[in-house]
Amino acid sequence: MSQEVTTLGDPAAPLLARAQAAIEDRSLNGVKAWKAANPGALAIGHMPIYTPRPLIEAIGALPVAMFGGGDQVDIIRGDSYFQSYICHIPRSTIELALGGDLDALDGVVFPAICDVIRNLSGMWKLLFPEKWSAYLDVPQNFDRNLGGKFYGLELRRLARELHQRGAKELTDDALAQAIADENERRAAIAELDLIRQKEPWRVRASEAYLMVRAGAAIPAREHTKLLREFLGIAGDRKTRAYDNVRVVMIGSFCEQPPIDLLRALEKAGCDIVWDDAQLGMRTIEGSIELRTSEGGRSALDALVDAYCEQGAATASRYIGNEVKGASLIDRVQKTGAEGVIFAAASFCDPALLDQPMLETALNVAGIPHTSFKYAENTAQFQVIREQAGAFSDSVRLFGGGA
Amino acid sequence: MSENVEKDRSQVRQKQMIANHFERLSRAKEEGKKVVYTFVPGNLTELLGALDLLPVLPEINALQSGMRKKSGGYISAAEKAGHSEDVCTYVKCDVGMLKNGNFGPTGTKLPEPDLLLLSYTGCFTFMKWFEILKQEYKCPIVMLQVPYQSEGEITEEMRQYVAEQIRDVVVPALEQTAGKKLDMERLREQLRWSAKAEDDLVKVWESAKKRPSPIDGYFGGVHYVGPIFSSFRGSEEAALYYKELREEIEERVARGEGAMTPDGPQAKEKYRLVVEGPPNWTSFNDFWRMFSREGATVVASTYTRVGGLYDQGYRHSPDKPFESMADYALGCYTNLNLPSRVNLLEKYIKEYDADGFFINSVKSCNSFSVGQLLMLRELEKRTGKPGGFIESDLVDPRYFGKANIENRVQSYLQMLDARMNRPLVPGEGLPVALPVLGRAP
Ligand code: SF4
Ligand code: SF4
Repeated sequence: MSQEVTTLGDPAAPLLARAQAAIEDRSLNGVKAWKAANPGALAIGHMPIYTPRPLIEAIGALPVAMFGGGDQVDIIRGDSYFQSYICHIPRSTIELALGGDLDALDGVVFPAICDVIRNLSGMWKLLFPEKWSAYLDVPQNFDRNLGGKFYGLELRRLARELHQRGAKELTDDALAQAIADENERRAAIAELDLIRQKEPWRVRASEAYLMVRAGAAIPAREHTKLLREFLGIAGDRKTRAYDNVRVVMIGSFCEQPPIDLLRALEKAGCDIVWDDAQLGMRTIEGSIELRTSEGGRSALDALVDAYCEQGAATASRYIGNEVKGASLIDRVQKTGAEGVIFAAASFCDPALLDQPMLETALNVAGIPHTSFKYAENTAQFQVIREQAGAFSDSVRLFGGGA
Repeated sequence: MSENVEKDRSQVRQKQMIANHFERLSRAKEEGKKVVYTFVPGNLTELLGALDLLPVLPEINALQSGMRKKSGGYISAAEKAGHSEDVCTYVKCDVGMLKNGNFGPTGTKLPEPDLLLLSYTGCFTFMKWFEILKQEYKCPIVMLQVPYQSEGEITEEMRQYVAEQIRDVVVPALEQTAGKKLDMERLREQLRWSAKAEDDLVKVWESAKKRPSPIDGYFGGVHYVGPIFSSFRGSEEAALYYKELREEIEERVARGEGAMTPDGPQAKEKYRLVVEGPPNWTSFNDFWRMFSREGATVVASTYTRVGGLYDQGYRHSPDKPFESMADYALGCYTNLNLPSRVNLLEKYIKEYDADGFFINSVKSCNSFSVGQLLMLRELEKRTGKPGGFIESDLVDPRYFGKANIENRVQSYLQMLDARMNRPLVPGEGLPVALPVLGRAP
């Protein structure tokens, strides 16, 4: 038996409303305000999944996570740039850019996660030649001396190029401070995740999602403050009994599921105790250790090592000699989940190519699962809600897959 | 090419080479030979050859399955086994073939891999593909990460990263599989043979600058790249094949003959085209005839450069073997960013004096297809030549709507005809191309 927050007199409501407004700020008014308060400083957008935000903060710039247009943007121009069999996020991103909604950004980083984001980086160069943009080749070889060395050079290149465009020069002290700020934020997110896992009725997945995503376009310190405020209130929320099934949701790391989809799953009887929808904020597992005791290792080395050694398993990260699906099973066990929901954006190659392998691993482990696809602008959730309802019923009643 | 056309010596040789290779593969296990599965773009065939390892290329198997009309069934089998209808059909074709007993193009059973050599140049799907095969075969895997040429150049950092991975990760894994040490002299010899073959292939490509072009650089071209893209680069027999091929082409030039088509030599070269994107394999000859019967010859294509941009100066080199292999992997067409792809196509359109260009956008291949509509606009703007655009697929027959595609190709060629002698106003070519978008055939 689980419980649910009664919305009447919910002390967290104003914070949740603030978070909702932040993610609906499609014209980046918050970023414009930040730039006005920090004259001359750059705002740098970045696509999913992961971009080392502390590096951007360390050079005095504001990292702005870009998640497409959600369900707010009508695609008028974007569709004429993409064929039908391609996911939605590049369309809405182009739409926003062509419509001037991203004008507050001084540049964009395209991390290496799939062929769509990769080619989008080239489209950007052709469409907006006057704007700075960079493709960030994150390593798939996780040996410190091979992939790590290359990645370190990539990060230095990024910092150097941004410095040439007006950002501060990268210093070890500034980066160490930015990493410390990032660690604070991540500790707060970890606490939020823990509440959500232990008392999912106190902080629903859709609420945790809002609070984490609200940090997309603000400095780490401000985000931490917001999260701490929310955490302080979470314990005071009044709850009522509710009978739900605990699930892990996976596959939504890039194009984001509409928030109403998360709510629909909750209404269908699922407590989503972990998901990868905001994976960028959780890619590094644990805190980024500066390892100052290891002579000669810089703060930048710390960032590189963390990526190589503490990166969360996801579809765009190469799983070489480990067993495919082992980390998902571990996640299910650690969070006490009873099943897995695969929720991927339509035409999302990494997620959909990964899925059969993960399903095989779950079948071997006897963990029930179900799957569906969405687009960021999906507006009808009835079918998904019914499917999730049937899944949660079957898990609850029989402990087996739908 | 159709059976009623007499085969050239080079074709006979290539056929024999392929048959011998699959024959060797069929005996591999009993003879104790080790088998390595790997991919086409940026592959390390010379290393495999120097260590007597036998390569299997799942992409080639997939395309052969497409040509033999088996891919539809294989793709369904993979989808039934849980693979999404949204993803790369090459992967599903391969998985389906595996689930149907793994019989290769010549009908013999393929040996299981002793090692998966994952060198993924320019496409993330390769990484997923071999993760899938690893789960199926439960065999060791070694990966070579090749950074993307995002700024349109190969930097020293990239070269070093790839070369160090080859030396420190790939070679030890291959040596372990082969059960012997790499003989650098043998590797150098392989690289020398590669360079020879590459010299001759470039002459073949460049022959298409003549009028009429003695070759079709796309439909015909995919036959020419077979040996160099696949298991044979680095071998003496591949070098002999390309020497023979070059001589045959030179003879065609001397005789003033046009390109070979499925129905014999092209009688009259009416249109010269540059093509971007992979071909469709399930209706390959039908697709080819849509062009050849209208007198359209493809003088250059980018698909035939996915296994190396030799015509832009790259050669394998015995002097710095690992750096040279690194440059190869980094330099393949699939590893170029979009602006570089546009630059290359523009260059081809101009250097090969093409009348227009055509894009075959493969639905299930994000690597090639994302951005092609922008490439189309950009090329029309820069060259003033009209572009055509269709959507099909590599190996999924459901995505090759013959009547629809034929219609598009004909409309495009008619438009080309009308415009041959007047420059295009930017954007004028688009109306022919755009109606196919967003529709399943
Ligand atoms: S949704 Fe998937 S395919 Fe699309 S850009 Fe994101 S990771 Fe790539
Ligand atoms: S996505 Fe395209 S390039 Fe990649 S493996 Fe599939 S067909 Fe090849």
